[in-house]
Amino acid sequence: MEDLLIQALNGLASASSLFLVASGLTVIFGVSRIVNFAHGSFYMLGAYLGWTLVTRLPEGLAGTPFGFWGGVLLAALITGLIGMVVEMLLLRRIYGSPELFQLLATFGVVLVVQDLALMAWGPQDLLGPRAPLLRGSTDLLGLRFPRYELFLICVGPVVLGLLWLLFHRTRWGRLVRAATQDREMVSALGIDQRRLFTGVFFLGSLLAGLGGALQLPRESVNLHMDLAIITEAFVVVVVGGLGSLGGAFLAALLIGELHAFGILILPKITLVLVFLVMAVVLVVRPHGLLGRASAPVRGAAAAPDPPVGPTPRPLVIAGFAALALLIVVPPFLRDYEVSILVDLAVFVLFAASLHFIMGPGGMASFGHAAYFGAGAYGAALLVKHLAAPMGIGLAAAPLAAGLLGLAFGWFCVRLSGVYAAMLTLAFAQIAWSVAFQWVEVTGGDNGILGVWPAAWANTKLVYFYLTLALCLGGTLLLRRVVRAPFGMALRAQRDSTLRAEAIGIDGFRIRWLAFALAAAMAGIAGGLFAYAKGSVFPTYLAISRSVDALLMVLLGGVQTLSGPILGAIGFAGMQEQLMRASDLWRLIMGGVIIALVLFFPQGLAGAVRRLWEGRRA
Amino acid sequence: MLQVAGLSAHYGRAHILDDVGFTVGAGEVVVLLGRNGAGKSTTMKAVMGLVPPSAGSVRFLDAEVVGQPPFRIARAGLGYVPEERRIFTELTVLENLEVGRQKPREGLAPWTPERLFELFPSLGAMRDRPGGRMSGGEQQMLTIARTLMGNPRLVLLDEPSEGLAPVIIERMAHAIRALKSEGLSILLSEQNLHFARLVSDRAVIIEKGRIRWSGSLAALMDAAEVREQYLSV
Repeated sequence: MEDLLIQALNGLASASSLFLVASGLTVIFGVSRIVNFAHGSFYMLGAYLGWTLVTRLPEGLAGTPFGFWGGVLLAALITGLIGMVVEMLLLRRIYGSPELFQLLATFGVVLVVQDLALMAWGPQDLLGPRAPLLRGSTDLLGLRFPRYELFLICVGPVVLGLLWLLFHRTRWGRLVRAATQDREMVSALGIDQRRLFTGVFFLGSLLAGLGGALQLPRESVNLHMDLAIITEAFVVVVVGGLGSLGGAFLAALLIGELHAFGILILPKITLVLVFLVMAVVLVVRPHGLLGRASAPVRGAAAAPDPPVGPTPRPLVIAGFAALALLIVVPPFLRDYEVSILVDLAVFVLFAASLHFIMGPGGMASFGHAAYFGAGAYGAALLVKHLAAPMGIGLAAAPLAAGLLGLAFGWFCVRLSGVYAAMLTLAFAQIAWSVAFQWVEVTGGDNGILGVWPAAWANTKLVYFYLTLALCLGGTLLLRRVVRAPFGMALRAQRDSTLRAEAIGIDGFRIRWLAFALAAAMAGIAGGLFAYAKGSVFPTYLAISRSVDALLMVLLGGVQTLSGPILGAIGFAGMQEQLMRASDLWRLIMGGVIIALVLFFPQGLAGAVRRLWEGRRA
Repeated sequence: MLQVAGLSAHYGRAHILDDVGFTVGAGEVVVLLGRNGAGKSTTMKAVMGLVPPSAGSVRFLDAEVVGQPPFRIARAGLGYVPEERRIFTELTVLENLEVGRQKPREGLAPWTPERLFELFPSLGAMRDRPGGRMSGGEQQMLTIARTLMGNPRLVLLDEPSEGLAPVIIERMAHAIRALKSEGLSILLSEQNLHFARLVSDRAVIIEKGRIRWSGSLAALMDAAEVREQYLSV
């Protein structure tokens, strides 16, 4: 009983921190419709800045209450200003861009901040000081409970109350609420949106920074805080309903308690539990607990995708030339270079499979790595437990991934936009948790080793040809399907679900099958990758790999069939080169991503096409 | 007060406005008449800066406004009441008015919620009601009131009678005449000739994005063939 109470209070304290971060995220989303990946980075910056301000104080202030609390507040303020600058320099220029591009840009910011933080504070974990006035514990109902946790429990509701007052009792707050619903109308009434948005980013980033700085007495500051918190904050915001503060508060309580009790009852599957709850909520209430169906953003209607034409002749010729090179040249390359080519081929198929549902399908997947990983694990598990030969392993890869795609897709394709993206993320995290936590079967963090190709394919060169054949086949199959009647139906339901249904197209079925097909193709890529590396690890299903796939597709350009191919080669090649050439590869990569979003909003293939068309015109 | 000349706009490759030109004088009510899809709403949006015109000029109070962001055009004294009303449904009546509020303008008695409730008495009875729980007619009045809170010198009123019951239309006409008598200039867009006659001084007829006819309301009532050609359904 006592344990339960302690856990409940612990849960409430975590819920408060989570709410601080999620409230900023949800307010920013409400007004700007930007899903801000960088929000987690602001949280991390708040923690680092707080650490510096609190521990590097001048003599007289160190250890005093003023030093600590002043440092925390100042850290929040500085973080808010940083958020404001990011909005003014970057995000302001891309409010009109497609959602996923904005996401990509904010992910670029994440990478940049990671390296900047590494440069400024170094790789080691930093231990924060304890909070003055709130050291030790208090007796509560006969239990000893840390005072700082009690304080945190109060912070959440207090911040909720203050935000409520801000949004309901001030002119600025009313303008923000109005802009959340219809920002074009607000500007037609004489309000300068830009200043409003900048203010909202200041507020949101400040809340994230405060959340981070308040964590100092609870846990160490490290470079993984950003992605860890942003995933949870996404879950909270989506479960609560995008843009809803009250919803975010409820969801933070729910997730906080779930964590606290999950550890007591089912320590093995706490991670799964959180995402399972999110999946259930989204299936039952597609707009979250307190969310409402959001009206489409006015004035931001994207131009419809161009129809898919036949492949232009020069492209066919270039394709054949590239293929000829890929067949003739590898025997003259070193093993290392051939293995890079294997990776590239794998990523091309992986990106093409994601593009298939994003471009022609019009769906966004934030968790495509799940199917890549399912393919890899499908093959590796057969090898480990049944000593299956490579042929069977490679056949099992698309099967396992396809079945998983059928199962997850059945839920995911019911939703659209950000909610669909978040649900795919949730399922991917569930898959990742299973791989990570079910140690007896999957080996957990240690992965599965000894997944080597059959004897006949056991040289780099032969394995490359095998990979090339399968990946090329898969990619061409997807291109063929886009042009087939199934692909036409898929594009029809993307362009207008209602009209497509009115002429007898079962949109749900089409999307579902497309999702499963894409999953199966990602599975082939995963299976090939497993045999190429000789091992599989939970990182194969991690968010970062899903993001990699998104980056490849978006870099290449969603609107062209050749986009994912160029994107995969460009992205993987660049990552490979950067990681070898510089320790600061994240910084450079982030900068390149941001530059691409700003200057090539159509992706690489789009830019090439524009150049081409511009020259002919 | 408002001079529009050579205004063109495109959506993709489709021409939606082609060389549109007209003027609205101080204190004048001009009605833009035309069928559905003729280009009335687009004209208004282009004047307001919500649709970027591809060519042409819009001069308001002798200053060019093409290329300015909508909020600057609004602050210059041009009010816009959109066709779809676009009330902030989560905000109450008073909060909706608050969002529209701008600084008082020289030489004009500033609009306050109290003065607006005299003009639209039914709004005064529901100050704290969320915009989402109002009838269509009440919402229409609230949009007009919200725009007036910006103390405009000229208001673009996009089809205010659309979808309203006849008795509400009468009340709307009454309110618009009251605004005109206060010296407000109005550019109205309408399909409803009956309503247009109740309030307007001059008419400009638009079809397929081009101006086809303009003249006084009386002249339009005499020109049966013009009405037949451009306005009959």
